[in-house]
Amino acid sequence: MNSFWIILFHTYFNKLKSKSFIVTTLLTVVIVLALTNIQNIINLFDENGGQEKVAVLDETGQLYEPFKQQVKTINKDIQLTLYKGSDKQAEQAVEKGDYQGIITLRFNEEQLPEGIFKAMSIADSSLFTDLETSLQQVKTMLAASQMNLTAAQLQKLYEPVDFDKVALEKNAKTEEELNQARGLVYILLFIIYFAVIMYANMIAMEVATEKSSRVMEILISSVSPIKQMFAKILGIGLLSLTQLAVFLIVGYTSFKKNMDSLNNGFSEVFGFGDIPGATIFYAVVFFILGYFLYATLAAFLGSLVSRIEDVQQMITPMTLLVVAGFMIAMFGLGKPDAPFITVTSYIPFFTPMIMFLRVGMLTIPVWEAILGIAILTATIIVLAVFGARVYRGGVLMYGKSNSFKDIKKALQLTKND
Amino acid sequence: MSLKLEHVTKRFGQFTAVNDLSLEIPEREMFGFLGANGAGKTTTFRMILGLLDASEGQITWDRHPLNYSTSHLVGYLPEERGLYPKLKVRDQLIYLARLRGMPKNEALAELRLWLEKFKIPEYENKKVEELSKGNQQKIQFIAAVIHKPKLIILDEPFSGLDPVNVEQLKGAVLSLKENGATIVFSSHQMHHVEEMCEHLCILHKGRPVVHGALKEIKRTFGKKNLMIHADFPLDYLKDHPGVVKSRMTMEGAELQIEGELVAENILQEIVGKGFIRKFALEEPSLNDIFIEKVGNSYE
Repeated sequence: MNSFWIILFHTYFNKLKSKSFIVTTLLTVVIVLALTNIQNIINLFDENGGQEKVAVLDETGQLYEPFKQQVKTINKDIQLTLYKGSDKQAEQAVEKGDYQGIITLRFNEEQLPEGIFKAMSIADSSLFTDLETSLQQVKTMLAASQMNLTAAQLQKLYEPVDFDKVALEKNAKTEEELNQARGLVYILLFIIYFAVIMYANMIAMEVATEKSSRVMEILISSVSPIKQMFAKILGIGLLSLTQLAVFLIVGYTSFKKNMDSLNNGFSEVFGFGDIPGATIFYAVVFFILGYFLYATLAAFLGSLVSRIEDVQQMITPMTLLVVAGFMIAMFGLGKPDAPFITVTSYIPFFTPMIMFLRVGMLTIPVWEAILGIAILTATIIVLAVFGARVYRGGVLMYGKSNSFKDIKKALQLTKND
Repeated sequence: MSLKLEHVTKRFGQFTAVNDLSLEIPEREMFGFLGANGAGKTTTFRMILGLLDASEGQITWDRHPLNYSTSHLVGYLPEERGLYPKLKVRDQLIYLARLRGMPKNEALAELRLWLEKFKIPEYENKKVEELSKGNQQKIQFIAAVIHKPKLIILDEPFSGLDPVNVEQLKGAVLSLKENGATIVFSSHQMHHVEEMCEHLCILHKGRPVVHGALKEIKRTFGKKNLMIHADFPLDYLKDHPGVVKSRMTMEGAELQIEGELVAENILQEIVGKGFIRKFALEEPSLNDIFIEKVGNSYE
């Protein structure tokens, strides 16, 4: 077998079998499972199956019914019971845990309703807010009838205003589509961001480990450093795809299973309802290109250090580039058509995230995406050629090397003067 | 199939590490490389291996330059030892052997043979970091030769080993030579080279100061060592014509003289003066030659 493939599979299987890889993968799988089952988990911990019992002390004798109806429309899970007893008894019932809380309804001087809510703690703001909103509705109705407004007049007053957004550009995404795209792009951006940082780190560590353990000298006398570098980049790349595939399969299966409980909630917000094929396609393309860009950078930076401790310091500038790209992308999520975003999408170190953001959220001409990809690809090639030369010299350099001056030194070592 | 270096020079910027080095190492020979620290030995090895390009001159094996397409022919034991600390001995050696073009099964068989030879078969499944330094070095040595290379380059193979391990490793090196490998090795220890090499080269500041067959070098060096053990004082001999250096010992004197003739004169001089227990004329040691050629320029 060609030595390129030997190194590629050696790197791949060695990492695949390593404890740290297995542990991280399993942990992430657990997190993915937890996220996709979030509704079930919340329900599990809620006693009474999510039902919240509230006792109502109606001092007026007429507010209970309308109040109950309002609460019903706002939150079905709140169960109201008319409590016939004294304040003290009700409080004791709450302390015993029979009820989540008690609400006392009465009229003020103007004959309008007011309420006092008592509970063991008032940390559960959603219950409190729901009750308050319901009572507000009741009050509005009562006040309106005091002013002798008809139901029709009342409705007019509360009718929401018509407000439509129309994009003039052809094929432009509608507001709804944009919201969907935003969620999907957001998640994919996160994946690109984490994967690039994690795997680029892995490559730099791998190279530095071989160098610091001095096994490098045997390796480079066997196989050309350039071959080694690319075999390693591809090996780790394969590893990243394996890991992502595991996450996606687990995530998707678990998500499908929970479709019912999540219906109309989470899924629509994050745009999973129907995933546009083009967005996924671009995500894969930009993921792979972004990986290659930063992996090449990491490999040659890793080749410059001689101690593992120096790796982090050496690749910090690279990590900052990724973080900067991500920050810009986060800003761009809210304003994808800003000129700033357009410009940065052509800067190769940001292209994987920001050009992806633009193709995901806007309808940009295909040539713009292709131009971005072309610039990115050209940069990767230049970086690979340059990086391979630095790598070749860098792996032979030992000593206190952790500055960028060493790039020059490494190049000099390979020079044929 | 000889290794040939023709007018090889390597410069790093202003610094010249190797200067106009020409060597020919015949097949199946053991060639010794001597030199003080920083003399250019490792740089020369790296050029032979193709890790560094020579600034001038060329290096050929069997009339072809060495490069990655010939890496299966070459074995290398670097001066700075290094293996994957977390990998098992077996996985490690098989991986390195495969990188040099040996199929997996063959590598495994060869690996077991070598472990058996070094009497450490139980280490096959141990991680390298669990082994003692001496045993790590044996593994490192196996890594250099497992793929049956024709040309073996050993950079300080015996440093840091105890005498028993040195003997074991020497035996292994000699058996490789008997099996037809050409071996180049460097050492600080003269007696290793003296004992094992037919040809040698002493590098000094990148230049070869002595180069040739061991016997020839000793012969042309001219000077010989004369050892006399006698019951009477020998101090006056240090002013005898032809005596270069002298050292008085408890039992007599050790003299470095210019030639055999001087020894004859001295013998005639001292005969009859008392009892002479020992009178021995010896070839100069490599140590003497090294100190003379390299040490002088330190002064």
